[in-house]
Amino acid sequence: MQFMIDRFNYLFKSTKGLILVAIAMIAIVTAVFGMLSGPMADFGVRDVVVRVLGMKLVESEREGRIIILYHAIAMAVIAIETYMITGLIKMKETLKTWINALITVGYLCVMIFGLTFAYWGHAWPFHGLFIFGLSLIFFAGCALVYGLWPWRKEYHIQDPEYSHTRGGIDMERMAFFAMAVTTLISSMFGAIPGSYYGNGFETFLAENIIRSPEKTTLQYSVIGHLHIMLALIAIAITLIIGRWLGFKGILHKIAMPLMILGTIVLNLGVWGVVTPLEPVAHMIIYVGATPSMLAALMLVIFGWDKLIREGIAGIKKPTFFQKIGALLHDPLRFGPLWQMVFMNFTVSGVGIFMAVRLDAVIRLWSARDERIELTGHWHALSAIIATIILLYYGDMTGLRGKVRNWFGWAIIILSDIALASVTIYELKRLGISEATQQPLVNTLMLLMDFGLAMLLVVLAMLMIWRLVDLFRKKGRWSEEISQDDLMAEVKK
Amino acid sequence: MKRTLWIVSLLLFLAACTPVDLNAPVPTFDIGVDPNAWVTIPSGSFFSGQEATPTMIDYDYQIMVTDVTVAQYVAFLNQALAAGKIKMAGDTVVGYYPGDVYHGVKHEVRIDPGDYILVPLSDPASPYTFDSTTFTARSGWENHPMANVSWFGAWTYCGYYGGRLPTELEWEKAARGSQDDRPFPWGNEIARNNANYYTSRDPFENMSSFGSRTTPVGFYNGKTYDGYATVSSASPYGLFDMAGNVWQWTGNVYPGQSDRILRGGSKDSYDMDLRVWVRNSAIPTYFSPDVGFRCVRNP
Repeated sequence: MQFMIDRFNYLFKSTKGLILVAIAMIAIVTAVFGMLSGPMADFGVRDVVVRVLGMKLVESEREGRIIILYHAIAMAVIAIETYMITGLIKMKETLKTWINALITVGYLCVMIFGLTFAYWGHAWPFHGLFIFGLSLIFFAGCALVYGLWPWRKEYHIQDPEYSHTRGGIDMERMAFFAMAVTTLISSMFGAIPGSYYGNGFETFLAENIIRSPEKTTLQYSVIGHLHIMLALIAIAITLIIGRWLGFKGILHKIAMPLMILGTIVLNLGVWGVVTPLEPVAHMIIYVGATPSMLAALMLVIFGWDKLIREGIAGIKKPTFFQKIGALLHDPLRFGPLWQMVFMNFTVSGVGIFMAVRLDAVIRLWSARDERIELTGHWHALSAIIATIILLYYGDMTGLRGKVRNWFGWAIIILSDIALASVTIYELKRLGISEATQQPLVNTLMLLMDFGLAMLLVVLAMLMIWRLVDLFRKKGRWSEEISQDDLMAEVKK
Repeated sequence: MKRTLWIVSLLLFLAACTPVDLNAPVPTFDIGVDPNAWVTIPSGSFFSGQEATPTMIDYDYQIMVTDVTVAQYVAFLNQALAAGKIKMAGDTVVGYYPGDVYHGVKHEVRIDPGDYILVPLSDPASPYTFDSTTFTARSGWENHPMANVSWFGAWTYCGYYGGRLPTELEWEKAARGSQDDRPFPWGNEIARNNANYYTSRDPFENMSSFGSRTTPVGFYNGKTYDGYATVSSASPYGLFDMAGNVWQWTGNVYPGQSDRILRGGSKDSYDMDLRVWVRNSAIPTYFSPDVGFRCVRNP
């Protein structure tokens, strides 16, 4: 019995255990539900999975199922970020416990009951529990906002290395706070239309109505919601990585106000789509995105500079290649920042191109070709965020030596191969006609599938190691159970 | 290790750049479905859209049993060209369209009265040839759906023969029937031999070279062709290819939207896009090897 209690305490009461559970849940969901579409459907795997697992898939409910699936994964990601925030940012222990408990029960309800409802027939109490889970996560968010409250005296700082106001308000804490508050508000942009559409009215995916000339306010709300929530998840992970890498100095002082400004303006722009400001909402969004991305750029400059300095310490006149070697020495610390840079090619660059050349190029394609671009674009951002989380987790879980290198580089290289292929696939119509595309498509699909499948294999290996570790008396888990203060592991 | 990586990269690059033989031989089969046939859809209600909303169409109309074929369209081009109803303009065949009312909505393209492209002349993916005087269907493609045709090309064809393009609702009723809310014209499930869609493994497809190609109209009629058994997949009203093969232009012109709506999914669509309520759209000058049409007319 003690065996079970110890493991339960690790998995559901310690920060690192909670993160491990959430990653494992996402891995399982991704592995199972990823087999229902794309090449897995082509190969006939979907039919086998549906039959073996006894799923009940009604054609007209596909969009609704996918919405629940997206939420199931997204809530677990939000939970992971929340665990990281409560582990990295000072707040009262009881509050941390409440936040983690609420969000854990919340995302597990969303995932278990939501997916059961969506894929295994409609037991309506499960739908209720799905909504209950989402509500718990909202309450956890409220508690997080309270915990992050930056005006509380005990959290004021005077350290000149970190961005703060004259009065001592910690601007980094303020950035986390702004992210959390706007996330709560933005969630309502999904909850309100969701409560309407979820009550037996029509269900739709945003990418399928993108060309409708007149969208309803609730449709705009849904489109805004999905964009801003993903952007906020990205902002949160940027702040988390900054804290983990010990972001400080002059760049920190510039970046934090920029991040706060960017977060608020970006949100105002997105919220504006449901107001008469809709015609200029995109302009406000661009204005908001720019400082946020500049802040991320400053983190990258700081982080890479720090890695190089650490790597060449002791070398009198380091050469260029020694500096590059130092930068690439530790893939788990280099990787998250590189992925943020890479994101500009696969997500931001594509998005800007789309916005600038929408009428001249994209709208000359069929809506389905535009849909491929849209869905690829945000799948790529989601995948990049996931890889950043995994890289941080790899460090957190204590990977060392060759395993650390192999794990880190595998995630970076495999995901970048897959995502670069996705990007070319999305934009293929720029250079190749439908009649002649097949060889290119085949190659790109092969690269995508190889990259993503191998990434899942790497993740599976990590999970199996952690599973086996749980059966050891003095396994890694027994050390992690008391390592709730992630700040203690921040690279000074 | 490094050498292996380089070799693999080079092979992948070469594989990606392999040219596609658009003149690859096409199998020919006796399908036994008459592309000149029409069927009357009686007035009455049906279930429209994903949410199966009861919807009334209070008039009878006739719709083609199959998509317009290459042979039919080529005959039209030759007749209409000789009659001076359409003309050549550079690398395209054009026809007159009286224009849309412009509403100035964001992203709306102005479509003024004038000549617009019906079909391109030199696109290698087109299923016909032109020898400076006469259009001819490429051998083996005569009974395939006419593709690479713009909305203007479809609109002009139907009008030339006294018909018109179906509205979205007319199209959907013809595809779904009026008895139930089935997602596919033939019922609730889709199998690979129900329709021509992406990786449906029909005899016309080769995913390692030219990819998916159109199947002859009415191909999925329950017959077996050289060992390939199809399932009879007509709609309740007896229409073929209302899911897959080629997207079909519909006739609605919506205020503020220059895009025209396409229905039915195609040889290049995943099965989800073959559901009867799924909409695609494109500007009316758009043409593609997976876009065709059929016409309706008053009884």
